[in-house]
Amino acid sequence: MMPISQSVIKKDHLAKACGQAMYVADYDTTQMLQGLILRSPHAHAKILSMTYPPLPEGYFTVDYRDVPGINEVHIVKDDTPVYADATVEYIGDPIMMLVGPDERELERLLAQIEVNYELLPAIIDVRDGDTAFFDYHFGKGDMDQAWAEADQIFEECFETGYQEQAYLEPQGLIADYNQGKITVRGSMQCPYYVHGALAKALGLTPDKVRVIQDVTGGGFGGKEDYPSILACQVAVAAYKAKGQPVRVIFGRREDMEFTSKRHPSRCTYKAAVKNGRVTALDADVIFNAGAYTTLSAVVLQRGIIAASGVYDIPALKVHGAAIKTNTVPNGAYRGFGAPQTFFAVEMLMEHIANALDEEPLAFKLRHMVRQGSVTSTGGRYHFPVPLPAMVDEVRKMSDFEQKRQVYARQQTGTTRRGIGISLWFHGAGFTGSGERDIIKAVTRLHKLADGRVEILASQSDIGQGIKTTLCKIVANELNLPLDQVSYDNPDTDRVPDSGPTVASRSLMTVGELLRRAAIRLRSQWQEGVEQTVEEHFKEPDFVIPFYIDKFQGDAYPTYAWGVCAVEVAVDTLTGVNEITGTWASFDVGTPIDLNIVIGQMEGGLLQGLGYASMEQLAADQKGRIRNHSFSDYIIPTAMDVPLMKVQLHVEAYPDGPYGAKGAGELPLVGAAPAYMSALEQALAGPINHIPFSAEDALKLIRQSRRA
Amino acid sequence: MQMMNEQTGIPFILNGRPVRSLSAPGTRLLEVLRDEFHLTGTKCGCKEGECGACSVLINGRLVTSCLIAVGSIAQQAVLTIEGYRETERFAVLDAAFADMAAVQCGFCTPGMVLATEALLSEHPHPSAEEIRQGLSGNLCRCTGYQALIQAVRTAAQRGAGLW
Ligand code: FES
Ligand code: FES
Repeated sequence: MMPISQSVIKKDHLAKACGQAMYVADYDTTQMLQGLILRSPHAHAKILSMTYPPLPEGYFTVDYRDVPGINEVHIVKDDTPVYADATVEYIGDPIMMLVGPDERELERLLAQIEVNYELLPAIIDVRDGDTAFFDYHFGKGDMDQAWAEADQIFEECFETGYQEQAYLEPQGLIADYNQGKITVRGSMQCPYYVHGALAKALGLTPDKVRVIQDVTGGGFGGKEDYPSILACQVAVAAYKAKGQPVRVIFGRREDMEFTSKRHPSRCTYKAAVKNGRVTALDADVIFNAGAYTTLSAVVLQRGIIAASGVYDIPALKVHGAAIKTNTVPNGAYRGFGAPQTFFAVEMLMEHIANALDEEPLAFKLRHMVRQGSVTSTGGRYHFPVPLPAMVDEVRKMSDFEQKRQVYARQQTGTTRRGIGISLWFHGAGFTGSGERDIIKAVTRLHKLADGRVEILASQSDIGQGIKTTLCKIVANELNLPLDQVSYDNPDTDRVPDSGPTVASRSLMTVGELLRRAAIRLRSQWQEGVEQTVEEHFKEPDFVIPFYIDKFQGDAYPTYAWGVCAVEVAVDTLTGVNEITGTWASFDVGTPIDLNIVIGQMEGGLLQGLGYASMEQLAADQKGRIRNHSFSDYIIPTAMDVPLMKVQLHVEAYPDGPYGAKGAGELPLVGAAPAYMSALEQALAGPINHIPFSAEDALKLIRQSRRA
Repeated sequence: MQMMNEQTGIPFILNGRPVRSLSAPGTRLLEVLRDEFHLTGTKCGCKEGECGACSVLINGRLVTSCLIAVGSIAQQAVLTIEGYRETERFAVLDAAFADMAAVQCGFCTPGMVLATEALLSEHPHPSAEEIRQGLSGNLCRCTGYQALIQAVRTAAQRGAGLW
């Protein structure tokens, strides 16, 4: 282990442990107004008229007519309105905000607002959708020849459901408009995303917009784009309030029902097999985007780039579409489109292997990419692919072969057991050329006269430990004790734009910029004076430029790798299963802090297991999400945690700080297929959708009995 | 300073000090703590008794303060993280949580710390199962619970005699 990997006490530990850390809901509210959002009760309708009741002194309304700039939230495409102006597009679409001092009074008044609608036909089921927000095609190799020469052709459809980020701290922001300047603070991953959105909606120049991240109680992607939307809404209210801050803190139900989630998917795969090898893959990937585009383009891109998994398949044809429905807009969630396609491709490989009567793991290993292989987009795996060694580690830890054989025998009795394994990657950092062409990250180090150094960057610590790891890197390079290096929650008035806290990029990309900045500062170090150094992103030389219009080139400079085995015991009377063991090996390059990285791996893995089973969320026929509380949307508790053994396999990445690569998202991405593969063995039947419930298990048991 | 009438308000012991709440008796203890007494270490994650972020101890028993009406706790002793952090036991828990990096986003943490206190007072040497049971009313979305379980185990070992 490198010395930098040695765990330290996290910078923000004590403040959080003793309850002193200030989250957005913790500020004194005596001088603040509260805002409550009126939302559409219809999935699709035209707004004919709105009638506001007479309001008591100190209360006022805010709607699209109050937006001083453009009534659009800048995300990727700017089709999300700040407040609905002509139509409402999903149940929950924000129409207006009622603002005033007392929350109960706000609730009472909100119920008196009358909105007249003309109902319009709504599309709830993605299969009925006729609008593709995004539609991508790419491929490689000779598909026609592969089909013509195939011994066998397999076709299967895989479905995945919603997943709610379920960060423990609900969304919340405070906005304040004073002397021509708007300040928004609160829970968020991307202060500069919020900054850009505010400038557009308020029609202000960038210097008149200030965004401050407060201690944030989890994000997992859920606070990537959503805070931009809420910020515009609250800021418009503050603009109208003239001098009094306005605060909006969501309750759990509002948060669960109306904020972005993981895209449900339908992936139809067709595979050609010749001489026991998959020679071609046709993947048709459909994501349910919801009512507005928000982040669907980029989520879909990552999803389809991973369509062929970790396998080297000579001919590939990929189609991806993000379809509009009149449901809540889906957005970012750890893994960002990849968990959907990895579920599909991993299960497909299992099923083909089973049909060919070959052990799935051996079948997968025969198809695996290796260093130098061509990626799905014609790029290269430039660095060693450590999967074979990681598979061996997991095999050993889990006693995989032995268990797999025992469970393969005919099982009797009420408990059936199974074990499964999955393999995956996560492309480290932004997809394609985003880092080079759009983000253009800038970081600074500011050295004070007394020798202390402050990091100036826009990364949010949302629990992943970035405050600690960035400081470790700089302290290490400057040979300073850790307490001499500090990193405050970003404030756009003080820090440059080093990009958003997304895509597992912060440590790898921004951490490396800071490492270089620290080296420069070291070489220029002067005792007793204040100094500042600045560092800009440069794409590594080896990268094959990526063209998004053709999906050609290196979609990622490098990859993090994951292997996971899951063992289950199913009760055949109830269909309920218990995970009796989880073993995983992850390669995220050099861990910058062992405890922090292991914590990310364990937390992500459990979210992935929840995704596969207990986390069930659906829109009903009207498009309403009914499981909007922790009693209906069940996430794992301490009772549900299996025995979990996680280890790291280090394949250092030369362009990351000390060899570190992207880490945060990786563990979630491929957990579901390992779990489902184990269940398939236990239940002796195929699984092609998640979440997989106890009822689903009973159905499968009945089917396999009949068979 | 507001004049405190001896006769008004709901009297209870808050972190060792006698206090009176002037909130309506039906007000959630969570809101009384956060809004009236400005003790914001107690977090609100759901207001429905499901997440445990609002956990406090009443007479040593772990409760979700969002489900407790302040009117029902007259004369009882409420301990929040702000009071607990002054104790020797907290120091042991804090160190164990720090060493295991059991705090990620931190939103569940004050509740987890108090759940751990309740757990260790009942079972000073908890089994794995007792630890899982003891933390099962408190959701943590970040850690996957492994580090938390590890931290509780470590605290139990290091704090031998304290609980
Ligand atoms: S806020 Fe009380 S249990 Fe969630
Ligand atoms: S540390 Fe984030 S919820 Fe527990």
